[in-house]
Formats: sequence, structure tokens, C-alpha cells
Amino acid sequence: MRPIGIITQLLELIVALAAAPLFVGWINQCRAWLQNRSAPSLWLPYRGIRKLFHKDAVIAAGASPLFRLAPYMVFAAMVVAAGIIPSMGTRLPLTQVADAIALVGLLATARVFMSLAAMDIGTAFGTLGARREMMVGFLAEPALLMVIFVASLISATTALPAITEHLATQSLGLYPSLAFTAVAFLMVLLAENARIPVDNPATHLELTMIHEALLLEYSARHLALMEWAAALKLFNYACIGFALFIPWGVSTRGSAPVTLLASLPLLVAKLAVAGAVLALIETVSAKLRVFRAPEFLATAFLFAVLGLLVHLLLGA
Amino acid sequence: MAPVPHSPLDACLVLLALWGLIGLAGLVRPRSLRYVGRTLFPLGALCGLALAAVAFSAIGTPTEHALLLVGLPDLPMHLRRDALASLFLGLLGAVSAGISVFAAGYFRRGQGTSAGLLCLQYHLFLASMGFVLLADDAYAFMVAWESMALASYFLVTTQHSLGEIRRAGFLYLLIAHVGALAILLAFGVMQGGSWQFTFDAMRAARLPPSWAAAAFLLALFGFGTKAGLAPLHVWLPEAHPAAPSPVSALMSGVMLKMAVYGMLRVSFDLLGTPQWWWGVSALAVGLFSALYGVVFAAAQTDMKRLLAWSSIENVGIIFTGVGLAIVFHGAGMPALAALALIALLYHALNHAFMKSLLFCSTGAVLHSTGERNLGRLGGLIHRMPWVAWLSLIGALSLAGLPPLNGFVSEWLLLQAFLFAHQVPHTFINMLLPLGAALVALAAALAAYVMVKFYGVIFLGQPREATLLHAHDANALERLGLLWLAAGCVALGLMPTQVVGTLRAVVRELAHVDLPDPTAPWWLLEPLPGRLASYSGLALLLAVAAVVLLTFLGVRLFYHRRVRRAAPWDCGFARLDARMQDTAEGFGQPIRHMFEPFFAMRRELPSPFDRAPRYHVAIADPLWLRLYQPLGSLVQRIADAFAVLQQGRIATYLLYSFVTLVVLLAVVL
Amino acid sequence: MAGVSLDLQLLNLCAALLLLLSFAMLSQRRIVNLVNLLALQGAVLFVATLLIAWRTHQAHLYLSAGLTLGLKVLLLPYLLHRLIRRLQVYWDAEPLLNISGTMLIGVLIVVFSFGLAQPISALASTATRNAIGIAVAVVLLSFLTMIIRRKAMSQVVGFLSMENGLFFGAMSATYGMPMVVEFGVALDVLVAVLVLGIFFFQIREQFDSLDLHHLESLREDAAARRAE
Repeated sequence: MRPIGIITQLLELIVALAAAPLFVGWINQCRAWLQNRSAPSLWLPYRGIRKLFHKDAVIAAGASPLFRLAPYMVFAAMVVAAGIIPSMGTRLPLTQVADAIALVGLLATARVFMSLAAMDIGTAFGTLGARREMMVGFLAEPALLMVIFVASLISATTALPAITEHLATQSLGLYPSLAFTAVAFLMVLLAENARIPVDNPATHLELTMIHEALLLEYSARHLALMEWAAALKLFNYACIGFALFIPWGVSTRGSAPVTLLASLPLLVAKLAVAGAVLALIETVSAKLRVFRAPEFLATAFLFAVLGLLVHLLLGA
Repeated sequence: MAPVPHSPLDACLVLLALWGLIGLAGLVRPRSLRYVGRTLFPLGALCGLALAAVAFSAIGTPTEHALLLVGLPDLPMHLRRDALASLFLGLLGAVSAGISVFAAGYFRRGQGTSAGLLCLQYHLFLASMGFVLLADDAYAFMVAWESMALASYFLVTTQHSLGEIRRAGFLYLLIAHVGALAILLAFGVMQGGSWQFTFDAMRAARLPPSWAAAAFLLALFGFGTKAGLAPLHVWLPEAHPAAPSPVSALMSGVMLKMAVYGMLRVSFDLLGTPQWWWGVSALAVGLFSALYGVVFAAAQTDMKRLLAWSSIENVGIIFTGVGLAIVFHGAGMPALAALALIALLYHALNHAFMKSLLFCSTGAVLHSTGERNLGRLGGLIHRMPWVAWLSLIGALSLAGLPPLNGFVSEWLLLQAFLFAHQVPHTFINMLLPLGAALVALAAALAAYVMVKFYGVIFLGQPREATLLHAHDANALERLGLLWLAAGCVALGLMPTQVVGTLRAVVRELAHVDLPDPTAPWWLLEPLPGRLASYSGLALLLAVAAVVLLTFLGVRLFYHRRVRRAAPWDCGFARLDARMQDTAEGFGQPIRHMFEPFFAMRRELPSPFDRAPRYHVAIADPLWLRLYQPLGSLVQRIADAFAVLQQGRIATYLLYSFVTLVVLLAVVL
Repeated sequence: MAGVSLDLQLLNLCAALLLLLSFAMLSQRRIVNLVNLLALQGAVLFVATLLIAWRTHQAHLYLSAGLTLGLKVLLLPYLLHRLIRRLQVYWDAEPLLNISGTMLIGVLIVVFSFGLAQPISALASTATRNAIGIAVAVVLLSFLTMIIRRKAMSQVVGFLSMENGLFFGAMSATYGMPMVVEFGVALDVLVAVLVLGIFFFQIREQFDSLDLHHLESLREDAAARRAE
């Protein structure tokens, strides 16, 4: 393990932990601007997390240890996932341990723990949230896997850094199959991160919520970890998108270590654009009925499968 | 005392015979629970452990033959122990050790068949499975196969006083025999005109491709019935729940794998080089079963039935692997064929451990609550922490989550699918990605099913007042569960070692191999140069390290008090257990989305009902559309033949006379 | 992908986009969006035609590209939008099959047409031969769109999209049809839309709706005939 690998790894983890709430703040800000509201501060998510950490935790009487373990597990899964995705450099020692399929598995583990924790108290909303989360998950997960498969087929590997390097370093190639998968990926991203067509992050309206229903019983430090994990999840998904579809500017294996420093402002720029685009999508689209969500996700899944077929036919 | 055996094969035979003796010993004091439960079953478990040790260490040693001079004169039983047999013997021993220990604590008084008889059936079942694996001629194989079916039939009908269970057992017996008939026919085809029914003769026989294909399809049908592939699965969701839980565990965990073994033996060993299109048929059936099984599992409300359907899914995944391996083998891609074979063998091992674990834990739940219906369970994690936490391992494994074992085999299978695009047949090339998509979908649905299973049984509030008095499993039961859970964890964390063992099996079976690994011992990298690697151990350590650091950080900087209060639930004050999702409720999205799959009958209350009642019943459309018409057809034919039955001796004699005359006329 | 020229890559991208748009049409419930997607499909077709014209230096293909732009991107969508406004049909009724099921059939259709096109592609000498499968798929998917819709309006859109697929297929197999044929087809399409527009008004006058299941009552009923 070379020192540059360890440096890249640590830097990525720190950037992910620090930037994730900021990214959420940025999206909220953009959305407020687009909707003609006065925008909240960029730092609001941080303040929220800080405030939550300083509070006394209230836990439901019937909670089992699983309930208290889950926030840590979810948070840890997201942190490790952030360490696997090459957002700045591809020299990540951790990516040997888990390839793209394992990354999807890791995200699924987080989801399962979150759903189990929501069922643990035995409230009406908790189980409702768990059911809906798993419903979204069981369609989004294979769709994400198919998206990754297309990129893997193009670069003949399932290791994310190798995929990114392959896509970033060759002469300009247009992959029609990636057009399909990009659409599919965007849909998965919106669904998995409880964004608007599937869920509304800004509401606690009982009958429509998914993600918030899972967190209803959490408070204080547990809630802070969960919120932070949710922000990390969004950040991770954005970085998976960058790694697959706009991989340029990442510090690759052959390049000088200095490029790592250059990749940071580029990542910030990518995140800024991605955040603005997400805010735009959320502003112009309406939330779907819950019954329509499977249809939305099935479409994403089939788009990804089509991407695979197109790749096989066109060889691109 | 048996003489010290010289070879692994002899040792295996001695151990199998010991199982038989233990079974017979049960008849000495059949009513004594202490004698049977606390002495004989643990002894059986020890035999299992020894068998596992002998068999696993024998993988890679040269093949051995033996001749057993029992049975009909001039028809000795040929036995043979090779790497494939050793692997499955090891599986049988290791898994049955856990189940036997659990069973030792499980069986109680007053359950139909007496304890001693049960012990006999149980151990005969184990021994016959062992002989299936060792048989080297069709005769020995069929004898062992049939005794396995019979022993398990008697075990399924342990509580024979219940009509429902007798019916399930009969259905099982019927379908098992239809399958056995197909296997017998397959052997008949494979002897290739030599009329020698030893497996060696079958290996030597050069079958024309059409006959080989016929043999393969017959074997697929025959072993498919035993494995529970859809549409031959109907007995499985009936028989598995009907049996006592350790028996369900044994049937689901081990007996289904015997069918996998048979399939591998026939398609790779006896038939020589399989054609690639055979693989497509196995692939199609496997994928269909995987999806069909998991969708139905999501809709079940009975916990054992749910697990039975999930077994259909897993067998489907295993057969998908068989199909994939055959396709690769036929297309001349040895490394990928080896990868697919390893993936399926790995999954067979995994499924044996995790499904046995979950079936045993449903047994513990059943004993302590008397309920199998998910709608009347809940909150058991507080009353039965041992069972709950060990089941969590099983549930997470079965959901295919890293770093546990279910994930590893799925990962290997997906890797095999991913590099499948070089198959030189265009249509297959196009269809394989769809297969990968279906496997991914089935795996994700399995996670849904497991959240439902675990969440409804162990989490939430108890749905019935009686659950408050539930008690945890006893020491022996805990030990059995612990062993099975440890198997799940070990298989998940040490994939490199397992794959190394499986490589030896695959090398001997199909003469294909993976390239030698270049990665360190903790890193699984099946195809070096592909840059695809995974390490469950390191992943676990990474996650654990972050959990620990986070926990310490939170504790150090922000630790505040924890207060217990009533649940918040958006401020709703009169929360009770009935407001949680029931099993029906949790399965609702699946029922909604996969509606065409189900034959559903729903009773919806009208808004004016005084006592509103919602009822939904799910039936298997294959049963309604395939089996029932078939059944009534058989009935009609039988009715037509009933005309012959006159009840008068003279008529019957006339029949015999006419038959004789016709035969004479034909022959002469 | 390396070693393949940029214009061919762009063409492949166009082919994929056509397929993507066909699927988008399959999953769209709003008729206005359906028409917009059709226009977009026309635009992609226009770009593809331009690319092929540039690649093969065939002057008549430029003309054909211009025709595509004028007719399929501008005129027809305009006419359809006007029709929608005047007939007040913005939404299609619930399709005959749910969207996911339709998409699944769509994927199978794609596999089928890719397999079907394989021998044709092997025969064709054009650089774009890989796209033939996509063209076949677009045609069949448009057919599917027409089958599962209830409103006449969506069926017209499906019909036009099918024409797009045929056009693209001809282009990728043989670099376009002869100019006369192309003109003829273009004229046919235009006339078809005009005629169907008139037809719609008649249907609506008759039944107060554009839902095609009303037409089912038009079939000759044996019993009714006997009664006469």
C-alpha cells in the first residue's frame, strides 16, 4: 500500500464527510431560489446535525438494541461506501476490498438495517415506511446494478476505479448505451435518495412519506447520524454518477500525485452543477402517487437493461 | 467397535452405518425422550461432524471405488467417492450436525410418531442421503434415492393425525415418484445399449446427441421435481411446512442439494460433454423458479411456507448457475464454466447453512409461541434474544448482504454473468443480460422477503398477548443454531479458502479450472486480471472500525442521556399492536405489482359493514391451471377404466384369457 | 470504441436515442408529451440523416434531411398540437396494459428484433448496419404503442413514429431510399395526418369522445342483422 493511496483514501473520506451536508444545503438553496423563496443558509444542515448531537436522546420504550445499533451501521456503511467510490482519485486501497457489486450490496445492507430499525418500535408509520423503502429498494437496487453492469462491460472490470480510469483516459468515446443508463441512473438516484418524484424530502405528510417515516422514532444523536448518513448517501450517489458518466479530472493511477489537489475544485464544480440540476428537476416535476413509484422504478430498471442490450448490439 | 478405516471412503461408510445403528438404537426405548433426545441425537451430530471432517479433508485426494456385496445376488452395489461426492458429503455432515443438535433439544412429547421411531426415520434419512452421494451404479443410486424419499415422507407425516399433513405427505410422495421415474428413464437412456447400469459404463457410452439430450431433459425433470423447480415445485410449499422444523431444515437445506448433486453428476460426469443449448433450458427453468419463488415468498403469511418458497427461489438460482456452467462449457470457455460451477456449489453450501438456520429458528419460535402465522407474532427479539440475533445472521445472509455468505455466491454468479458476453451465439448473448437482470431482481426481492420475515416475527410489538410469555430456545437448540450461524459467517468471511476447495471439485468434475489466484489470502479474485475482487473480512473490519470510531466519537464529544418514552408515531397516542403491518400488509406492494402471477381471491369490506373484514387468499396459478386439470384428466381416464371392473370372477378370468390369447398371437 | 470515427459514434448515439425515445413514448401518458417526443424523434432523425449525408457525400440526403426537419420536426407536431388544443384531449385514458408490463414486452421486442436484424446486418455493407436492429425495434415498439393506447390521437403518434423507424431503417441499411419514394412517403404521411384530423372531428361528433373503444360498437352484430 503506497502512501499516495492512503492519502487519497483519507482525503476522500474527509471530503465526503464534510461535503455531504454542504451538498444537501446547496440543493436546498438552489431549490429555494428556483421557487422564488429566500434561501436558507448553506450551512443549515451542519447546524442541524450539531444541534441534534447536543440533545438528550429519547428512545421509545419498546426499542430493542437493534434500534440503537442501526444508525451506527447505516452511517458506517455510507462512510465505507464513500471510500469505495473514486470521487477524486482512483488510487484507493479500499476498492480492492469491495468492487461495484459489493458497493451495491453495502448500500442494500444500510437499507435493510434502516428498515428493520423502523419496524422495531412497531408503530404504524414505521412499518409503513419500511415497507415502502423496501419496495423502492427492490427495484432500484437491480436497476443500479444494471447501470454498473453496462459500465463494467465497457471496461471489462467491476472495480470502480478501473471503470473510471477506462472511461476517463481513452480518446473521446460516445457510448449510446451510457445514454440509456444515465437516464436510468438519474431515476434511481432520485428514488433512492427520497427526492421528489418518489418522495418529498421537505414534508412530513404522513400518507406520502417514505424516508422520513423510517426516521420518525429517532432523536438526538441517532437522528443526527441518520441525517448525516442520508446526506452521505446522496453524495455517494452523485459521485457514482460522476465516476460513471463524467469521470474526467479524477487523479488516475498514472498521473502525478499533485493532480489529486486539482481534482478537488473539479469535484466541487461537478457537485455544484449536479446540485443545481437536481434542484431544477425537483422544481419542475410533481410527486408521483406511491402506487406509481414502482412504475417509475421499473422504467429505470428496464432502461438500464436496454442499455445493456444496446451495448451488446452496437458494441458501444 | 468398528475397525479403524484405511481410506476416507471406508470412514464415510462406517459413519453412515453408525447413523443407521443410532437410528435402530432409537427403537430400544422409543418413548424415552431423554434417551433418544439427549443421547442419540447428539451422537448423530457427532457422526455428522466426523463425516464433515473426513469428507472435506478428502477433497482433492484420488477417487476411490468400493463394492458392497449387499442386495440382489449378482448385483453388487458399486460405490465411488470423488471430489464432488466428498463436497456434498461434507455438506451433509456439517449441516446435519447443527440440525441434529437442534433436534436433540427440539423434540417434545406428544407429537404423533414416537421419539424412537422418529430417530430411526431421521437417521435413515441421513444415511440414505449419504448413500445417494456414494452410489456408482444406477441400481444403488435408485435404492438410496427411494429410501431417502420414503424416510423423508415418514418424517413429513410425523403428525399424521392431521388430515392436512397426510395430504401434504401424499402429494410429496406422488411427485417424488414421478421424478424418480424420470431419473430411472434417464439412466435407461444413458446406458446406451450396453445394458450395464454402472456409472462407469454410462461414462464410457457414446450417446448420439439426440439421446444425450433426451437423457439430460429427463434428468432435469427428475432432479427438478426433487429440487422443487417451478413448475414442479407444488409439493415443496406443502411438505416443508408440514414437517417438524428440524426435518424441514434437513429437507430444505440438505435434501434439495442432493438433486443439485444428481444434476451435476449426470450433466457433467455421466454425459461427458454437455451441449450448450441444454444449459439454456436449465437456465430458463432456473430463472423462472427464482423469480416465481421469491414473488410467492413475499406474499406468504405462514413463516415456514415463506421459507419454503424462498427455497424454491434459491434452488432456481443454483440451477441458473448449472445452466450457465453448461452454456460456458459447451461454448468452450473453461474459466467461466469453472466460475459458474463454483458459484453454484458455493450457493448450495450457503443455502444449506442459512436455510437450515432459519427453519430451525422458526421451530424455536413455533415451540415457544405455538404460532406459525406471521400475523400473530411480533416483538420476539425481547423474549427470545438468542434465537432473534442468530436468525438475524441467517436473514441477512439469505438477503444476500455483504459481508455474509449469501452475498459471496451471488457475487460470483453475477461475475460469471458479466463476462458471458463472449458466448458465440447471438441470441444467447442477448438473453444472458436479461438473465443477470432477473438474478439481480430476485436477489433484491429476497432482501424484501427477509425484512418481512424478520421484521414481522422478531421486531415490533407482540401482536398477541400470549407472546409475552414466550421463552428462549434451550441450550441444545442454541448450540445448533449457533453452529449453523457460525457456518454462515465463516463461509462469508473466508471465500478464498472455500473457492480454493471448490476449485478442486470443479477440476475433477468438469475438467475446467480457474486461473491460479495471485491475490493475498484474504482477497477473493476469481479471475486475475479482471480487477474484480472482494473481501468480506476486510469489508467487515472496515465497517466495524467506522462503527467503533463513530461510537467512540459520539460517546466522547456528545454523549447525553438516553430517556425512554412512549413511541412518537407523529403524535398518535393510542398506538396498539394491531396498527403495525401484518404479513399481508407488508406483502401488499408485491401483490400489487406482480398481480398477474397470483391467483388471488380478495374479500373487501364495504364502507357500511359493522364488522369490516378484509381477507385475501393467494393460490398458486400453476396448481390451478396445470395440476388440477392434470388431476381431473387422470381421474377421468381412471373412471373410464373403471368400466372394466365388474366385480365378477368370470369377467376377470375372461380378461386374463383374452390377454393370453392376444399375447400368444403376437409372439408366435 | 477506440478507432471508430466520431461521426459513426454520433450515429450510434442517434440510434440509441431513437430507441430511448420510443421507450419514452411507450411509457408516456400525456398526449402533449407524446407529440413532443415525436418531434424530438424527428429531430434526432434529422441529425442522423445529416450525419449520413456528410459521411457519404450524397446530396439528395441533405434534401431528405431538410424534408425531415420541415415535416417531422416542425409541421406535423404543429398540426398535432393544434388538433390537441381544438379537440381538448390532453390525457390518454389508462392504457390497456400497465406501463411496466408494456416496457417488459418492449424489452423482449428489442431482443427479438436485434436477433432478427443480425443476418440482415451481416449482409448490409453500410457502416451503420448495426443500427438496423434498432430501426426494426423502433418500428415494432411503435406498433406496440398503437396497440396499447385507447385514444385515436396516441395511435396517430404511434403511426408517425413507426414511419420514423422505417425511414431510419432504410437509411442505415442502404443509406436512404430513392428520392422519389421518400417524397411519396412524406406526402403520404402528411395527407394521412390531415385525413385523420378530419376523421377525429367526425369521431368526436359522433361519440363525444376520442376513446376508441366506442368504435367497438360499430361492428356488425349478427344478432342485430338477423333482427332486421
